[in-house]
Amino acid sequence: MKGFVTPRNVVVAALLIFLALVPVYVAITGDGFLMTLFTRILILAMAATSLNLILGYGGMVSFGHAAYLGIGGYAIGIFAYEGVGSGFIQWPVAIAASALFALGVGALSLRTRGLYFIMITLAFAQLVYYFGVGLDRYGGDDGLQIYQRSQFIDPINLSNRTQFYYWCLVLLLVSIYLIWRIVNSRFGMAIQGARSNDRRMQAIGFPTYRYRLACFVIAGVICGLAGALLANQTEFVSPAMMHWTRSGDLIVMVVLGGMASTFGPLIGAVTLLVLEETLPLLIELVATPFVGAAASRAAEYWQIVLGPLFLLVVLFARGGINGLLESMRRD
Amino acid sequence: MLLFIEQCLNGLQLGLLLFLVAAGLTLIFGIMDMVNLAHGSLYMIGAYFAATFVAWTGSFVAGAVLAVGATLLVGMLLEVIAIRPLYGRDHLDQVLGTFGLILFFNELVRIVWGPAGLRVPLPDWLKTSVPILPGLQYPTYRIAIIVTALAVALFLYILVMRTRLGMLIRAGASNREMAGALGVNIKLLYTLVFGLGAALAGLAGLMQAPILTVQIGMGENILILAFVIIIIGGIGSIRGAFVAALLVGLIDTIGRAFLPDLLRLFLSYRTASAVTPAISSMMIYLVMAIVLVVRPQGLFQVSGK
Repeated sequence: MKGFVTPRNVVVAALLIFLALVPVYVAITGDGFLMTLFTRILILAMAATSLNLILGYGGMVSFGHAAYLGIGGYAIGIFAYEGVGSGFIQWPVAIAASALFALGVGALSLRTRGLYFIMITLAFAQLVYYFGVGLDRYGGDDGLQIYQRSQFIDPINLSNRTQFYYWCLVLLLVSIYLIWRIVNSRFGMAIQGARSNDRRMQAIGFPTYRYRLACFVIAGVICGLAGALLANQTEFVSPAMMHWTRSGDLIVMVVLGGMASTFGPLIGAVTLLVLEETLPLLIELVATPFVGAAASRAAEYWQIVLGPLFLLVVLFARGGINGLLESMRRD
Repeated sequence: MLLFIEQCLNGLQLGLLLFLVAAGLTLIFGIMDMVNLAHGSLYMIGAYFAATFVAWTGSFVAGAVLAVGATLLVGMLLEVIAIRPLYGRDHLDQVLGTFGLILFFNELVRIVWGPAGLRVPLPDWLKTSVPILPGLQYPTYRIAIIVTALAVALFLYILVMRTRLGMLIRAGASNREMAGALGVNIKLLYTLVFGLGAALAGLAGLMQAPILTVQIGMGENILILAFVIIIIGGIGSIRGAFVAALLVGLIDTIGRAFLPDLLRLFLSYRTASAVTPAISSMMIYLVMAIVLVVRPQGLFQVSGK
């Protein structure tokens, strides 16, 4: 048992317990904002987890992962707008649309390598983005309001915020478990082998292109599902949810938390999004003794701190937070 | 027909501007093996500098020259502080690090110049238009952009192919260790190349400034277009970037101008006007996808890359 109690595992366990208890805290204090924030964190963590499968384990740096959030989201939004409220129709379509898009994009982009791959995935995401902007019937640039969350059979009620939160948590944990199973299967080993040396994997007989494509589609489907959740949470879809900076944020979450680690993307998503909320306060706190009342103005410019922070993580913390926690074990 | 010629000229002008941005990007990638997402920020900085310096000196040309010089300095400073540690790192690291720099620059510009957009006024002698064909007047300023950009492209070609500095640049691109071993100051060379790329981006930004509003985030769409161009042209190839930039500029402009009429031949008026904005924005990405399917390494593949 001793090898199991590592700093990393303690942090992950504490984080999971905390996430499970957020609604309890919210029920006591009535702090609705915290619930909204953490629901969002869970959903984006799910998207980041799916990205980790291709980016961390597969070495496929997709710069267009937010497109699936948009596709999943718009599947919900468009059906809701057209009067089809049943989740049993909306969700399978969201999944199928994401899978189809991932299949098409993957089939084309996996023919390329390196920077070409990064940029072609970005370009396809831009394609979907502009498609969303051009959807005049569904709000175009301004987006589309969703008046009713997806309807399921009775005990399941997504309009109940606490229940919705737990559904997000369950789906996130299922995704993490699923990806953990995939990565440790023969299929997953072949994917990781192809990351290290694609040619050698081909030489020993693995059809790596098909393996990587399957991997790409699985990641797209999970992210599309996260998009369906996001649309239900915000009750709104717009092209902004697939803006290229969102894809960048997802990459940041994965790298910040720790690439190719089971819980890394979750840690990264929590860290980044909590940081985005608290950084303005932090700046104000630090700056007040020096500049007085101007500190609250300085706090508006929190991104000037966040940007260089990414650079520092890249330069000095290659394994992300997960890597830092693991290196503590050796000391 | 006149409209078509005018749109071709507009496309040429857009393509040449894009070339200035893409040339720096592809130079930096080809020589330092560095993905620089912050390149669009330098484009933005160039436009903001122009707004300040033109107002300060009261002369468009003097302001523009100062702005290019200032962007060059910012670029070299940026290279020394933030970019240099990223050389030799994974592309993913570079993407992430320079993505952070975009946030930094956007916020910096907001602090220095404020959140509102700025306008760069044109001097009277550039506000005119000249007849280039019977019945076709074309704005002087757009002609000035075309001429300047062509001159810069020619300068770039002579610099890279005909001068000692260009020889060093090419040597650094094909084998940096060997060039370093032969006594070339690689660090200085990289700083210069990065500065040159920054100045080109800044020049594009400031030339675009009087046409569009100078605003935060203006470099991001251009950045993505420039990436599309260097992908189509073949990463690292300046010639490829030139051809692809003109291609993208023409396709985008002509597509936006004539696609509505073309689609109306096949679709009802309402459907056509609903789908055209989307399709014309998507068109260059479609072209890129097609190019990549046919030639995964771009039109002009650089050997050894």
